[in-house]
Amino acid sequence: MDINDLRSIVTVLAFMSFVGIVWWAYGKGARKGFDEAANLPFADDDAEVITDLSRKEERKTS
Amino acid sequence: MSETQSTYNYKVVRQFAIMTVVWGIVGMLVGVIIAAQLVWPELNFGPWLTYGRLRPLHTNAVIFAFGGCALFATSYWVAQRTCHTRLFSDGLAAFTFWGWQIVILLAAVSLPLGITTGKEYAELEWPIDILITLVWVAYALVFFGTLIKRKVSHIYVANWFYGGMILAVALLHLVNSAEIPVSMLKSYSAYAGVQDAMVQWWYGHNAVGFFLTAGFLGMMYYFVPKQAERPVYSYRLSVVHFWALIFTYMWAGPHHLHYTALPDWTQSIGMLFSLILLAPSWGGMINGIMTLSGAWHKLRDDPILKFLITSLSFYGMSTFEGPMMSVKSVNALSHYTDWTVGHVHAGALGWVAMVSVGSLYYLIPRLFGAKQMYSVKLVTVHFWIATIGVVLYIASMWIAGVMQGLMWRAFNPDGTLTYSFVEAVKGSYPFWTIRLVGGVLFLGGMLIMFYNVLKTIGQSQGADERIMAPAAHHA
Repeated sequence: MDINDLRSIVTVLAFMSFVGIVWWAYGKGARKGFDEAANLPFADDDAEVITDLSRKEERKTS
Repeated sequence: MSETQSTYNYKVVRQFAIMTVVWGIVGMLVGVIIAAQLVWPELNFGPWLTYGRLRPLHTNAVIFAFGGCALFATSYWVAQRTCHTRLFSDGLAAFTFWGWQIVILLAAVSLPLGITTGKEYAELEWPIDILITLVWVAYALVFFGTLIKRKVSHIYVANWFYGGMILAVALLHLVNSAEIPVSMLKSYSAYAGVQDAMVQWWYGHNAVGFFLTAGFLGMMYYFVPKQAERPVYSYRLSVVHFWALIFTYMWAGPHHLHYTALPDWTQSIGMLFSLILLAPSWGGMINGIMTLSGAWHKLRDDPILKFLITSLSFYGMSTFEGPMMSVKSVNALSHYTDWTVGHVHAGALGWVAMVSVGSLYYLIPRLFGAKQMYSVKLVTVHFWIATIGVVLYIASMWIAGVMQGLMWRAFNPDGTLTYSFVEAVKGSYPFWTIRLVGGVLFLGGMLIMFYNVLKTIGQSQGADERIMAPAAHHA
């Protein structure tokens, strides 16, 4: 087998894995995980802000 | 838990965010200077400040100093916030900041001195290349280390784009910088002839595709949903978008070498893959813009969203223009003209700079414990000045470019050239002046931003934020 056959095989495999990724991404199975992941940026909306001021107060009370 | 364990590392994000603005101003100022040199050649001073030495300084400063700092700042922020954990290593993160600043300073000294490898966007000589490699490995360790110690099960799509960028840029830098040093300040490429040209443009185009696209798409996938306050339009499309970009971008480089010694079949593959790239590029753009679906009214009075969504429009424009220009017959007209320069700036100013500026306007108040920027009005002013600047820039370069291409290829019936080269130069002057005005406007917008940022910091209380428990993320 010549090196060019190998190159063709790699190209075809790469294309098939891409088709596989599309199949998976648009299948039912991935849906729930995607919904969770899509909301990740909003999971920290109420994060407590620590300022220099509140840090000082914290030290006083503790 | 100790204090550093329970808070995010904002220090390194702050440092990179501020230096993004500073290097943006420096890089764009050099751009304005070389634009002025084209209009007034008298402005070339000494050997050090001539066009030929300042032009690589401009490209290095805007791509690697401005764009690079924006990528570091936003990727460190996004990775921490979406993984609910502090950066993997404060020490390594600090090393990436100081190491990257030293690389930039070395570039600012060596390029005007004429120390260069002569490879476009990879001009820096071999000792600097080694430092870049060290900083980049540290960046990869910090970034992927943070993903590994995440407190949630999923890796948010923005991190996939940042991670893809980090890996691809490492590969590009290592392969294209393979060189044989002959002294401390001089090296020669390890490749020769057309192979060298192909490696260079494989690097050059993927620097655009990964450094200037994938990383900034990471920004889009975090900051557009955050500012619009709704999740991305289609998460599954974002997954396909990522893999489609990864699978196609690597092949598009040969379109920089149409009608050269490069074999024809290689040129055709480059053209074909550039045309295919239109699909993932527009898929991503539509995904970003449609995130606003149902909340279009927010675009009316939120200047940060204006920046982000306009940047996506320019992204769509330049990723339509790019495949078109990669078609060999179009390239026969456009190559070596100012059309290429216009295309690059539609991407660099319209897309990369505007998405970075929008993201920074989101980040800076939060990094310094303020509710919003000191003046939201000035953000709006910045937006309009920048937009007018980009439009002037690219419209003038389109006209100049098409004119140059047509003049260069015009023949008389007897086969002689209709125009000498200098006639095309003379014809370009008015458009070079308009381009200069566009550049000055864009730089002016950055100066307004700098003032606004300083004022915002002046009012700040220096905030560090406590890491939220990931359990909250199903709410």
